[in-house]
Amino acid sequence: MQIKKNVEGSVMSIALEGRLDTMTAPLLESEIQGKLDGITDLQMDFEKLVYISSAGLRVLLSAQKVMNKQGKMVIKNVCAEIKEIFEVTGFSDILTVV
Amino acid sequence: MQNLEKEITVDSKLENIDTLTEFVEQALEPYNPSPKAVMQICVAIDELFSNVVRYSGSSKMKLILDVNGDVLTATLTFIDEGVEYDPLAKKDPNVKLPAEDREIGGLGIFLVKKTMDGVEYKRDGQQNILKIVKKLT
Repeated sequence: MQIKKNVEGSVMSIALEGRLDTMTAPLLESEIQGKLDGITDLQMDFEKLVYISSAGLRVLLSAQKVMNKQGKMVIKNVCAEIKEIFEVTGFSDILTVV
Repeated sequence: MQNLEKEITVDSKLENIDTLTEFVEQALEPYNPSPKAVMQICVAIDELFSNVVRYSGSSKMKLILDVNGDVLTATLTFIDEGVEYDPLAKKDPNVKLPAEDREIGGLGIFLVKKTMDGVEYKRDGQQNILKIVKKLT
């Protein structure tokens, strides 16, 4: 999985490409965990993300919990299959998907 | 189309998730499965194999893939020789809870139960046998 990360002031943008699964979720985690100080807007772009398993969901949940306290997190360009996973797991109520 | 039966045995290492998903994706290709079915099968492999690696104590796992060419259905059977563990016995997570109250565990098998057309577990002697079924169209 490829991760493109950009920080401008208090906005962090992350674009994912490939699969967010058991093997690759730790990569995303290391880009986010402990690195959200001063970030009020976490933007995630899933245009090139083709699937997500529960390991990925867990990283998103951790990030959402942090951003709930200090700002917002938005996920955009989510493909239909991943949207369905969000719905089935109730994550569509927890995450902000645009 | 013709029926297919293939099997693969891998060491219980998370690195082998990709070995398993590639094996299955390649075998399914001639049947022209929907991208969604393939994706959901790959997620199921990720979830179920991860559990075997983390919790079963088994050093290897066998995956048997059966495809029924008439009704275009794939059956994946996961066999390991670890401790007795029925993943279906886990309670479903409460998906209505807000972020702060969501538990971390239980999501994987829940996803499998929700996206597969059939899930079945049995213990046979020293083996855990978990079967999932998915229509390919």
